Amino acid sequence: MQFGIFTVGDVTADPTTGRAPTENERIKSMVAIARQAEDVGLDVFATGEHHNPPFVPSSPTTMLGYLAAQTRSLILSTSTTLITTNDPVKIAEDFAMLQHLADGRVDLMLGRGNTGPVYPWFGQDIRKGIELAIEHYHLLHRLWREDVVDWEGQFRTPLQGFTSTPRPLDGVPPFVWHGSIRSPEIAEQAAFYGDGFFANHIFWPTEHFVRLVEFYRQRFAHYGHGTPEQAIVGLGGQVFMARNSQDAVREFRPYFDNAPVYGHGPSLEEFTAQTPLTVGSPQEVIDKTLTFREHFGDYQRQLFLMDHAGLPLKTVLEQLELLGGEVVPALRRELDALRPANVPDGPTHEALVAASLAEAGSELEPAAGLDTSTGLETSTGLEASRR
Amino acid sequence: MTPRTIAVVSAGLSQPSSTRLLADKLAAATAAGLPAGTQIVTIELRDLAHDIVNNLLTGFPSPALGQAIGQMLGADGLIAVTPLYSGSYNGLFKSFFDVLDPDALAGKPAAIGATGGTARHSLALEHAIRPLFSYLRAVTVPTAVFAATEDWGSGSSGDALTARIARAGAELAAAIGQRPTAEKPDPYASATPFEQLLRSH
Repeated sequence: MQFGIFTVGDVTADPTTGRAPTENERIKSMVAIARQAEDVGLDVFATGEHHNPPFVPSSPTTMLGYLAAQTRSLILSTSTTLITTNDPVKIAEDFAMLQHLADGRVDLMLGRGNTGPVYPWFGQDIRKGIELAIEHYHLLHRLWREDVVDWEGQFRTPLQGFTSTPRPLDGVPPFVWHGSIRSPEIAEQAAFYGDGFFANHIFWPTEHFVRLVEFYRQRFAHYGHGTPEQAIVGLGGQVFMARNSQDAVREFRPYFDNAPVYGHGPSLEEFTAQTPLTVGSPQEVIDKTLTFREHFGDYQRQLFLMDHAGLPLKTVLEQLELLGGEVVPALRRELDALRPANVPDGPTHEALVAASLAEAGSELEPAAGLDTSTGLETSTGLEASRR
Repeated sequence: MTPRTIAVVSAGLSQPSSTRLLADKLAAATAAGLPAGTQIVTIELRDLAHDIVNNLLTGFPSPALGQAIGQMLGADGLIAVTPLYSGSYNGLFKSFFDVLDPDALAGKPAAIGATGGTARHSLALEHAIRPLFSYLRAVTVPTAVFAATEDWGSGSSGDALTARIARAGAELAAAIGQRPTAEKPDPYASATPFEQLLRSH
């Protein structure tokens, strides 16, 4: 089980002081937050991608490349990389380069993006969002798996004899998650390729996402990648903690009440009752997060949103200490113990390389199959990659 | 035959409300044209006002609002009645329909009504409320019922209101009767297989 944080990268004034960080301060605090995530024992840092104020992360692989040099064990990821408006060729190149620099500590989450004007700014049509996601990813998938690609599609200029460089590290492309909050088509896409599905369920009630994740699991099995329980699921989460609940609620309320996404809407109490947001003691966060498994089944990656709505850096770093020091060790113990042996652990480059080697071996010696050391269903994963 | 269900949406804000009164009368007139056992589900938007605003802000309905929307979408027919404010539906009425998926009411038989101080505002039903339901692709019956304050008295205007309610109810009952029982659409059951999505790429 992998635990980490994901950031939107918003520049928001602290409602208790009225002061907003500069872009430079915000960017540097994202770096500090990622380093702290590694220091407190988390596994993953993921950054969003945005192309409009008040957000700073327009160039995720630049930031993640810098972080690769600043960290040793952290998996560097995105939440999300815009598969609709980015050129899939550039995504293939940028993330392969990052993968080499980070010695494989890289994966990415693809999403369509929900900011309308970004589509025309990058020459695309939002009404074709699903088609763009399908065509662009199909090309990206080939660019990482075929040394020379001839390709022609609806949206991008054709390619003849194109080789995306550098080739993926160890011949194994970065693991891909597909993020969606409402489209069955994207769950279907993740299932078809045997990729991961990330349900960022933090702003909406759980029931909606239970259906979406269950659909992904069924389709994952339908396409022959394993049982529904073996599908690779990631979930969002959002927490604010203090030693006792009352302090947590008191400290977080001004940030909640003025937050960009849900501020001036439902009360903190209503929102915590209706969504995964937990404001309370570390034990309450543990208890609430454990319910995710009951709703969604055994899953592989849990990302928390910790640094938005104008929370000052100092507070975020303290929150990460509680998260890494108390919450995640307890969750890791519980969830790893509950997960059956045939359900894969969170995806890593090492596991994918081992799976790839096992697959190559099994072609010579049919007896080799499931790689029990990584828990990944190796043969089916590679079958998917050859489509 | 399976009993039919009619959802009644009232955006009246005062309690008691003449808008609710008109809505109830339209529901009774519709039920009179349908087999016995017709169920009427009434949704008072006043009770859901905060939840509707919260849904506009957060993008998801509270449990109470989600249940009300589910009841409306699962009904065989819809009666929607609003008081007229500033020459049109009130903001609460519009906000409730704004939080639905654009396709949610497609094909749903509907009757519309409005209340106001004087009959001078009655055409708001035709220039504001009917186009809203046209946008949502509901099948709105031809008779829309406007009730001015004076219509609630006796005499010729009161009789005329009763007659319009009966006509709208009969039209809605006929529209419902011609359709199979409503089924809630399942986006997952109809999801397109990926091979098909990928075909052109």
